[in-house]
Amino acid sequence: MADRPAIRPDIRPDIGPDDRIVVDHLSKSFGSIRAVRDASLRIKTGTVTIIIGPSGSGKSTVLRCMNHLEVPTSGAVYIDGVHLEAKDTDINTVRREIGMVFQQFNLFPHMSVLDNITLAQRMVRGRSKQEAVDVAMAQLERVGIPEQAHKRPGALSGGQQQRVAIARSLAMNPKAMLFDEPTSALDPEMIKEVLDVMLELAASGMTMVVVSHEMGFAREVGSHMVMMDFGEIVEEGRADEVFSNPRHPRTQEFFSKIL
Amino acid sequence: MTGPEVPGGDASSVGLIDRWRRRDIREAPLWLFAILAILALMALTVATNRSFAHAFEIIIPGITTTLRITLVSFVISVFLGLIAGLGRVSRNFVLRNVAITYVEFVRGVPIVVLILMIAFVLVPIASKAIGFANNAIPQEVRFIVALSLIYGAFIAEIFRAGVESVPKGQMEAGRSLGLTHAQTMRSIILPQAIRTVLPALGNDFIALLKDSALATLLGVRDLTQSARLYTGRTFRFDEAFLVLTFLYLSMTLVLSLLVQYLQRRLGRG
Repeated sequence: MADRPAIRPDIRPDIGPDDRIVVDHLSKSFGSIRAVRDASLRIKTGTVTIIIGPSGSGKSTVLRCMNHLEVPTSGAVYIDGVHLEAKDTDINTVRREIGMVFQQFNLFPHMSVLDNITLAQRMVRGRSKQEAVDVAMAQLERVGIPEQAHKRPGALSGGQQQRVAIARSLAMNPKAMLFDEPTSALDPEMIKEVLDVMLELAASGMTMVVVSHEMGFAREVGSHMVMMDFGEIVEEGRADEVFSNPRHPRTQEFFSKIL
Repeated sequence: MTGPEVPGGDASSVGLIDRWRRRDIREAPLWLFAILAILALMALTVATNRSFAHAFEIIIPGITTTLRITLVSFVISVFLGLIAGLGRVSRNFVLRNVAITYVEFVRGVPIVVLILMIAFVLVPIASKAIGFANNAIPQEVRFIVALSLIYGAFIAEIFRAGVESVPKGQMEAGRSLGLTHAQTMRSIILPQAIRTVLPALGNDFIALLKDSALATLLGVRDLTQSARLYTGRTFRFDEAFLVLTFLYLSMTLVLSLLVQYLQRRLGRG
């Protein structure tokens, strides 16, 4: 199958008003390795999409393309209709609307928890110090650790760090949140506290895309499910349908292994 | 072994104590005591011997020039090093290659040759270009320019390593929050890089202090040139060079202890 060139505004897909993120025939290669092949996805506003699949199947790469942390080799990603790879797109204005939570938390170790959460608010959103602190404290309350505000990230447990990372993203008032295996680096007893925060977030109506192996979580909050294998989307649909009646043999096999 | 030593304790407990003592000695900073002893001997010689004391008095005024050259060159080279180091890790291939060319050029030529080249060729060309008379530029300034350019390249490599030591996820986290590349560099990457880089910068400060002795190539009256002038007049080589060695060694010892202390503190924190 021939790759489409990276930028083809003339073949822009139809994007409805409730299409928050549209991934259109996206392929991504790292050298000779084709991580993602011709993946297309539509993330509707207010949905929770879970991307599953064995490791190395391209899940994280698709997610990272949604934030332009990876640049597609071909195909396109649209956020609220804005073409991320277009030359005249200011990626920074798009990114501030999309929160991202990483497997390794990626908190800034040289500043306090509070400063971690206020930094981008002040530099990007232009909020005053007081305003940023108020928002930060409100978000720390939301994730349940306001008492940690003045500690360094290094003094916190993994679960607490990940909750800070979520609060840091939420403080920017994002329109969607991307989670890249948010609980994979956590000790088992800390996974629940992070999932609880994500559960609450999903219940509040946040648009979420989650790369995760947490099937219990996926079943509980996932509205859509995407199964990837060898860089391709092999199955996609409503979460409950994919769960109860996986059609693709690779999905069936995957479920039989992890459930 | 538990409890205090039993009277007439068996051989194994004695052996244990012996081993302890030996390990104590092995871990003690013997080198430091040796250096301090050498310095004390030298100081004693200068204090008790008139001809050494005389050499000391004549040479010591050069220390202001040595320190001035060292401090000024260090400040300039840190500045140059920061710019070149950031250029080295820049995504812009033109900037990156300009920085690499600078660093590799300096690393490929002996310091002595570079100093002569810069002081007698590059500075005259540059001064002519901006309409200065060639001899209007003092030798000390030429030397500072040369040393700054040389150490700027060394320090660029330190900053490059520092920036590269910060995990990639830090840049991604900053960018994903909507910060620009430059903002992320300034607020997130550099503050973390500086910490890992401080001990290496301290070591380069010491190296620069030592290399400031090359000022003598241009006849700038630093410590080394003062000592050489003194020997030229008096032929008292023993006195002059012992005093000179004593002065450099005591300065670098203090500085390297400072760097080690800094390293330990940063390692803990």
